[in-house]
Amino acid sequence: MSDLSDLYQELILDHSRSPRNLRRPSNPTASAKGDNPLCGDKITVFLTLEGGRVADAAFEGRGCAISMASASLMTDAVKGKTVEEAEALFQKFQAMVTGKSGAGNHDGGEIDRLSALSGVQAYPMRVKCATLCWHTMSSALAHPGATVSTEKLEA
Amino acid sequence: MTSQPRRSPLPSDNFAPYDVERVRADFPILGRKVHGHPLVFLDTAASAQKPNAVLDAMDRFCREDYANVHRGVYYLSERATHAYEAARETVRGFVNAREAAEIVFTRNTTEAINLVAASHGANFRPGDEIILSAIEHHSNIVPWQMLRERAGIVLRVAPVDDSGELILDAFADLLGPRTKLVAITHISNAIGTVMPVAEIVRLAHAAGARVLIDGSQAAPHQAIDVQALDCDFYAFTGHKLYGPTGIGVLYGKAELLAAMPPYQSGGEMIRSVSFEKTEYAAPPARFEAGTPNIVGAIGLAAAIDYVATIGFDSIAAHEQALLRHGTALLSEVKGLRLVGTARHKAAILSFVIDGVHPHDVATILDRSGIAVRAGHHCAQPAMERFGVSGTSRASCGLYTRLDELDALAQGLARVREIFG
Ligand SMILES: Cc1ncc(COP(=O)(O)O)c(C=O)c1O
Repeated sequence: MSDLSDLYQELILDHSRSPRNLRRPSNPTASAKGDNPLCGDKITVFLTLEGGRVADAAFEGRGCAISMASASLMTDAVKGKTVEEAEALFQKFQAMVTGKSGAGNHDGGEIDRLSALSGVQAYPMRVKCATLCWHTMSSALAHPGATVSTEKLEA
Repeated sequence: MTSQPRRSPLPSDNFAPYDVERVRADFPILGRKVHGHPLVFLDTAASAQKPNAVLDAMDRFCREDYANVHRGVYYLSERATHAYEAARETVRGFVNAREAAEIVFTRNTTEAINLVAASHGANFRPGDEIILSAIEHHSNIVPWQMLRERAGIVLRVAPVDDSGELILDAFADLLGPRTKLVAITHISNAIGTVMPVAEIVRLAHAAGARVLIDGSQAAPHQAIDVQALDCDFYAFTGHKLYGPTGIGVLYGKAELLAAMPPYQSGGEMIRSVSFEKTEYAAPPARFEAGTPNIVGAIGLAAAIDYVATIGFDSIAAHEQALLRHGTALLSEVKGLRLVGTARHKAAILSFVIDGVHPHDVATILDRSGIAVRAGHHCAQPAMERFGVSGTSRASCGLYTRLDELDALAQGLARVREIFG
């Protein structure tokens, strides 16, 4: 059984209380909306792409501590990444929070900074709170202007 | 068979308290542990737990008397038909309808309301109006919106005040010659308000409108008397009344049901079928197409009998004590705001805590074995009315102990500890 402190780590609480990149940039090149009809959470992710790289990432929305912290950490993490790197990070993140990558099995780099969210794997009802922003980001990369809903996502 | 309205309880009636521990022993699930803690189940408004009496009745029926109903001439089919119709009679007595034929078995409240929208609503015309309240469950909103698309009717919304009470004058002002129907909840699942349904029916009838009451939350907590209320339709759902899922009830006045076209079609709902012409059966069979939820009806009747052994006067007194205790405890929690503070309330405590999302509240409580609901409770317009996207909700039942609310308060202290 996992302890609540695995989920609500200090880093998560800090990012949920004062989320980074919670703003609407003036000229994003791509954006997408995501929503979780189960809890009413809504998020919009804004990306500014320059030469195949994410020059800026930001979001707007409201939600639980997990979703706010995840969006905050994600927008920090993808800045400066190429589109392919951002996608790859999403895959790794998803594997981590669904418990498919195995604890301590991370290959270093950016995912380590995101591993504060790995505690969510013990809370299956909350995994989508952590992944919604990533799905939304990925959809902004693929089809700018799209809307994703957790209803249609597996995790 | 006809019966008279029940007399209302006299002030001298003795509301005997009951032994909650003994009642809890009837509910096997209440003995289990969750995450290593004794289960504290505070989500009865979403669905109630089931007593042995219900589980045993369904089990016994399946083992000893099961067959399809209304079809066979053999012994078991006769036994099953008898049990199914006896369940209908039990429901009739439960809501004090005049005749058993006024009781239609459905899957749940949602299907009961859809049935009325489709069948009673079939003769609504463009411009006809339906009045809802601002705090309805989605299942008493969406069927009417679909009817609006089909028939061009107009939906009007009666407002509630900041405590969650219906503003009766504003409701009365909405009534007019075009009002065909008032569809309103008896008790709000989201914030606990008990609606003044008797007054609503009186005003609506004076304006020539029919009234459908969504009794999903009321049926488990108080005696229902459809004759005394004089409502035209009354809908409720078995699983919130300590019965099984998949069985619900629509009460409709006999003359209204008789005038309504079928809802779904197929077997059971016909008198005779040829390829040229089909004659429909009389109510209630007309509205029960296909093999019904026979086992569910048996379980629902057992639940009604079970609740009767405790008695609604006693249940209501216990639940009001829970409400008072819970309200006092939650009022002490720093940064907590109760959503819904109507004078007449069921034991439903909906609340928000500054700076903490309801889902985080529910996750933290869950780790102490405490089950509460978090979200919009299928009543998004009600949430919007109170300026929140969702709440945490603790709801009680006849088996809830006062000290379970103390456990809730302790759990909320833990939430504050984690979130600061
Ligand atoms: C007030 C109210 N109306 C309608 C419903 C719908 O009940 P069911 O889902 O059983 O159809 C519920 C329960 O969720 C309710 O609380």
